[in-house]
Amino acid sequence: MLLASVHPTTTWYLLLGALLFTIGAVGLMVRRNPLVMFMCIELMLNAVNLTFVTFAKALDDIGGQAIVFFVLVVAAAEVVVGLGIIVALMRKRPGATADDISTLKG
Amino acid sequence: MELFVFVVSAVIILTGAVGVIISRNAVHSALCLVATLFGVAVLFVAEDAHFLAAVQVIVYAGAIVVLFLFVIMLLGVDQAEDLKTEPLGGQRPAAAAAGIGLLGLALVTMFLTHRDFDTVAVGVKSSVGKLSDTGADAGIVNVRKLGEILFTDYLFAFEITSVLLVIAVVAAVVLARRAATVQVDDEETTEVSS
Repeated sequence: MLLASVHPTTTWYLLLGALLFTIGAVGLMVRRNPLVMFMCIELMLNAVNLTFVTFAKALDDIGGQAIVFFVLVVAAAEVVVGLGIIVALMRKRPGATADDISTLKG
Repeated sequence: MELFVFVVSAVIILTGAVGVIISRNAVHSALCLVATLFGVAVLFVAEDAHFLAAVQVIVYAGAIVVLFLFVIMLLGVDQAEDLKTEPLGGQRPAAAAAGIGLLGLALVTMFLTHRDFDTVAVGVKSSVGKLSDTGADAGIVNVRKLGEILFTDYLFAFEITSVLLVIAVVAAVVLARRAATVQVDDEETTEVSS
């Protein structure tokens, strides 16, 4: 069978990563709910992780996977701090959008 | 088989990602995000990153999305929002244009720098780093190699990570604490940020 002989190459994975990153970036620019914007940042981080793992496989070097490990840790820390800020914002003004972040000033 | 796995996961990832940005309800966005994260975890397995696939499911789908859902429920923002009206004129066309530009940039970079990764040496390889000599128990070997490189080449970064986590915890506690309110007189309350 013809399909059985086709294997997904590095390029396919990189293409998927680029698409995922673009969707995340567009979502970040379009949506105004801070929580959904945060989820879009997670999408972008995942796209980068996928790219790192793809390069780790293509270059036959586990360093790429080690970097993904650190990205995961940084993402977790970032979510904790970001959600703290969002909770502080939403308490002040329920239904806040990204524009209302300026109310947290001073 | 490999093709099948890739296509199915790619479809799940992309529909999940689109679902995140077009859902009117934040809870639906979070659930679509879970689908995307699972799809990425499957592709990690397909690319011999077994440990990262497990961590992806446990940390991302397990902890981070649950944290999102907690915040959504805690704040009671789980009602549908109006996506029809565009509060900022021209935001969506501008975002679409920027997105297309970004994708084009990524594709141009990808195809301009495309080379045969097996024959061209790119940079310096890490000291314990071969992925390919994993045999039948590829998962175990992958975990062992990742552990080895984390505690040799990347030891300093690993230690710094712990400092980052402590900072994040302290920041979360400070941010989440309500400012103490003190009764000054009958009418007025002032916020004391102690």
